[in-house]
Amino acid sequence: MNIIVCAKQVIDVSEMKVDPNTKKPILQGVPQKISDIDKNAMEEAIKIKEKHGGKLTVVTIGPSDAKERIKELLAMGADEGVLVSPPEKHDYYVVSNLLAGAIKKIGEYDIILCGEASIDMFSGQAGPRLAGLLGIPQITYAQNLVVEKDKVTADRNMGDTAVTTESSYPVLITVTKEINEPRLPSLMQILGAANKPINEMKADSVADSLYPKVEMLELKGVSMERKNIVYKDNIDESIGKLVDSLAKEGVLR
Amino acid sequence: MVLVYSDDKKLAFELLNKGGMLSEELGEKLTAVIIGKNDQALAQEYISYGAENVFIAETDIDNFKAEEYANYFENIIKETKSETIIIGSNKNGKELASRLAGKLDVGCIIDCTNIYLKDKKLTSERVVYSGNAIAVEQFNSKPAIVTVPSKVFDPLPKDEKRKGNVIEKKFDVEKSESKILKVQEMKSEGVNVEDAEIIVSCGRGFKNKEDIKMVQDLANAIKGKTVGCSRPIAADLKWLSEDHWIGLSGHKVKPKLYIAAGISGQIQHIAGMRDSGIIVAINKDPEALIFKSADYGIVGDLYEILPKLTSAVKEKIG
Repeated sequence: MNIIVCAKQVIDVSEMKVDPNTKKPILQGVPQKISDIDKNAMEEAIKIKEKHGGKLTVVTIGPSDAKERIKELLAMGADEGVLVSPPEKHDYYVVSNLLAGAIKKIGEYDIILCGEASIDMFSGQAGPRLAGLLGIPQITYAQNLVVEKDKVTADRNMGDTAVTTESSYPVLITVTKEINEPRLPSLMQILGAANKPINEMKADSVADSLYPKVEMLELKGVSMERKNIVYKDNIDESIGKLVDSLAKEGVLR
Repeated sequence: MVLVYSDDKKLAFELLNKGGMLSEELGEKLTAVIIGKNDQALAQEYISYGAENVFIAETDIDNFKAEEYANYFENIIKETKSETIIIGSNKNGKELASRLAGKLDVGCIIDCTNIYLKDKKLTSERVVYSGNAIAVEQFNSKPAIVTVPSKVFDPLPKDEKRKGNVIEKKFDVEKSESKILKVQEMKSEGVNVEDAEIIVSCGRGFKNKEDIKMVQDLANAIKGKTVGCSRPIAADLKWLSEDHWIGLSGHKVKPKLYIAAGISGQIQHIAGMRDSGIIVAINKDPEALIFKSADYGIVGDLYEILPKLTSAVKEKIG
């Protein structure tokens, strides 16, 4: 069973700082990581491979330093990495076409796995968009997967309802964080990953020149100004002060 | 035409108001879309909330499947020559919009918190980086697909005197390879955190399911009565149903008072409650992230603090 995992390199949002003057987020110098839920997708892919065999390829659209992140996924258990560097300006249209182009180069596949959304933008657009572009069925928000030889069954969290969906292959599946606990690779696996191939591709080698359909005009900051009054000492006194403050704020009636 | 669609009728009413403003500026007709059975009553309701046309794509498929709905939409867009498509941003709506965008290879923006025309181009704002920034984005091509969550726009007042056309059409669309085996209502405790004025929330700091009663007691004392929680309590431990879950993939709330007890303050949780009026944090770890997002905080054991705070509040309110 051949599996492709789409993983995105994102900035670690919890390490992001805001410029105190402009209130705009500072994106330079923030540590990078693989988006959390994409690691759940990778873990699920490894489990499927352990049971059914086959080849597991991870695809990332990102800058050349994303190679380091792909190595983490190779250490977890992917066989091969593909890294496509996007043009400077890119949106979901550009990225999904690059993914589709790279996937065509990878060849035959049964399952494409994605996280439900990346933790930086949290759109959840890439997965179903790619499925639409490739013209294959999609199963979103999977919390549990049962993979059999000729079909997959998924329990999906759709908010108000829990839906069980079945599909033949090929299929694109997006998973939620609850589906599993991603493994931490051993030292041997980390060392072993150095020998696994990462195939770097240029954008124009996987798709014709792409120009975004949506352009970012501005990234505005959001100020989160809070009083940050923290009572640390005597608990009884702290509670007294807190209740007084809340009464003054007019939120106790 | 400007198309508006959601399987959540209340959300569709909200989108019709905004869609109406856009269609007027564009000099186009505002059309509400129904995919499903020929529901004339619903069509009239859409008209009374501002739709000039209602397009009913009649089908007997009983369960939502993004693949098939996207096929219907492709036909509807062609038939109506629409260039602006506004879809309600629930989970069904998001996967439908995304798939449709991939199928048509057009631009799409998910979860817009505002949409407007700038230089005659559809422009939107959405919250990114876990609520730390707002991305202002613009379409440079058509058709343009956006999704908008509930409560971003208000609906127009209902006016049953409004007139509109109902267009009915049957399309023959390709069926999906996927099958829906079962649809179950999610376990719900009937809580509506999104409308709550006061919320007391619990997180990983609680050791047992039974201890959540302390949160309920405090909530009752402040006459808030609404209990919220962070991801682990609803999604992993399942101590509370998901209608309590506050965060990036749970509910987004804006009460006047938000009390977070035993919640570390992961950025995904903050994203769900950052618009609250006053935020109070109770945590035993003085370094917990939650204190950075709080107006008031007490460092200490919630098992000691919560009962005492409940009595103190009762005494104060009387």
